[in-house]
Amino acid sequence: MVEFLSFREGDAAQEPAVTVESFTGQSNSTAVRIEAGEDARELLPYLDRLSLVEVNFPVYGDGRGYSAARILREAGYEGELRAVGDVLVDQLVAMRRCGFDTFRPDKALDDAAVERALNRYADVYQKTVDGRRPVWAKRHPERVNG
Amino acid sequence: MYRYDSYDQSIVDARVEEFRDQTQRRLAGQLTEDQFKPLRLMNGLYLQLHAYMLRVAIPYGTLSGRQMRKLGEIAAKYDRGYGHFTTRQNLQYNWIKLADAPDILAELATVEMHAIQTSGNCIRNISSDQYAGVSADEVTDPRPWAELLRQWSTFHPEFTYLPRKFKIAVIASEEDRSAMRLHDIGLKLVSRDGRIGAEVYAGGGMGRTPMVAPQIRDFVPEDEIVSYLEACLRVYNRYGRRDNKYKARIKILVHELGVEEYKRQVEEEYAHMRELGLNPPTEELDRIRPFFANPAYEAGLSDDLDRSDPAFALWVDRQIAAHKQPGYAIVNISLKPKGGIPGDASAEQIALVADLAETYSFDELRVTHAQNLVLPHVKKADLHAIWQKLDEAGLAEANLDLITDIIACPGLDYCSLANARSIPLAQKLSERFASAERQKDLGELKVKISGCINACGHHHAGHIGVLGVDRKGVENFQLSLGGSGAEDASVGQITGPGFSEDGVVDAIEKVTNLYVAQRQEGERFLDTYRRLGMKPFKEAIYG
Repeated sequence: MVEFLSFREGDAAQEPAVTVESFTGQSNSTAVRIEAGEDARELLPYLDRLSLVEVNFPVYGDGRGYSAARILREAGYEGELRAVGDVLVDQLVAMRRCGFDTFRPDKALDDAAVERALNRYADVYQKTVDGRRPVWAKRHPERVNG
Repeated sequence: MYRYDSYDQSIVDARVEEFRDQTQRRLAGQLTEDQFKPLRLMNGLYLQLHAYMLRVAIPYGTLSGRQMRKLGEIAAKYDRGYGHFTTRQNLQYNWIKLADAPDILAELATVEMHAIQTSGNCIRNISSDQYAGVSADEVTDPRPWAELLRQWSTFHPEFTYLPRKFKIAVIASEEDRSAMRLHDIGLKLVSRDGRIGAEVYAGGGMGRTPMVAPQIRDFVPEDEIVSYLEACLRVYNRYGRRDNKYKARIKILVHELGVEEYKRQVEEEYAHMRELGLNPPTEELDRIRPFFANPAYEAGLSDDLDRSDPAFALWVDRQIAAHKQPGYAIVNISLKPKGGIPGDASAEQIALVADLAETYSFDELRVTHAQNLVLPHVKKADLHAIWQKLDEAGLAEANLDLITDIIACPGLDYCSLANARSIPLAQKLSERFASAERQKDLGELKVKISGCINACGHHHAGHIGVLGVDRKGVENFQLSLGGSGAEDASVGQITGPGFSEDGVVDAIEKVTNLYVAQRQEGERFLDTYRRLGMKPFKEAIYG
């Protein structure tokens, strides 16, 4: 079983994440935790000093964290982006596509199921922030670079 | 007709295998029902009162004879010999065994069909105009954009766990045959200065808080629709209510923020998103468009018809719509026979319609949101032969848009959410008003029945709407008047206290009698109601 899943080079950030409120109110913290409903854009002025953003999923069906993650990546955040909480194996692909690169689920995941889920779909239809080429880019390579 | 390439096929095939894996884990006891529920709900599988129900997507309501035949085969093999066409142009099987569901999906995949996102809090099947590509009044065929959006919305990673389900319609005509403004987002394609783009409407819907969507943008260029929709969805995903499922649809967000504020937030997000390269290149639309090109119509065909058979002439006058090509017709096939279940078709009927599509309609057919079928490209010279075959199969009812062309949800006969039975009421109404002369005299009259407040039967949009409620353990039916899902969209008003099943049939009869007595030249029921207002109708019912 997997309790922590990482797609990053090197070690995961160890500093405990603080709330958005305490993070924006102090200058020395480098790790922050976003709760569902908090505005990820409040962090944009501080991306340079951040090394970890944790996004909490209180229940798997609360999808606000997907937008939070993508907003941070769209703004150029390159540090660790960790999904925590009610993170299920069937959501890993969508979370990866929105920019999450580490996972600490409340309940450990089955290794084999993770492997199957991540390799299930060879192609995707949308351009997001994970660098995967969408089907439309593959269909028109002369028109779409990269 | 769109055809999958290897990318589309591999995505659908992968989904079949994923669902097979999930189902096997459930059947082996590795997943509890609670854990399995979100997985099956992403794939159109509901646990209903008596069995599982599987909802199959029919993207924008267009399908081929081969696909239709497969739907019939599945009905015969895995269901009790029926399929049920829905108000979202989909098909439901009501008697499915869980263990069979993966095999059904595998069979669907062989004809380029699936059940992806036919349930769950995600972007649902894109709906469109059943006359797309064949009506004379459209700016362009809306289906290439609908297909583009089908692909864009399939497994969209950011918008898979929205506050609530999300329905999009795309049309391209002044006449709205898709209830576009009763969708979460409605797109109306228009041409401005020689450019195609979309008017965008957001926040329409039915349910317990019916709303007609206001326009939020006058024009989005065709090659930026994806990024604009991403902006609309992102604002909704972030700020739509999640504390109460009955207040979670986008209509509530638009209403609570106010249209102007929602627009402002969307514009701000759009300004950001349009820079991210999210839109497929115009070459992708150019790739899709030829799939929907005109079939090889014969030129110079006559529009003359032999009308000597009166039953045939009656059917022609009711079920045929004008086609843009001379000598051709659009055939509407009623799934509302007297005393029947609205939208139901037997496996044999489905197979017959598949044959007719292949033989007479360039292998194409459509499903309408009013739960009927359409053969879109029929030579007028073939109409009589088609009519005879439909008649033999019990499919030649001539009641399009008449009082017995009733929309009804499955209701308490099938649905675990329902408070009342919709189907028996629809059957009683269709028997009460069975007379062809009477129906013709009453003219266009859209009756829509929902068995609960979720309004799957579109009762808010009915010229006459009926809502089934539970009153102290007894089924009770509320009547509403004056709704419309068309280009003159409006929400119906409740008449007053509810009725028993027979009582509501009587009340509808009183309402139609008043209309007949009071109508002016050329007025439909809806027009007379709008002119007179509720008062006289109320007096006729309760006085």
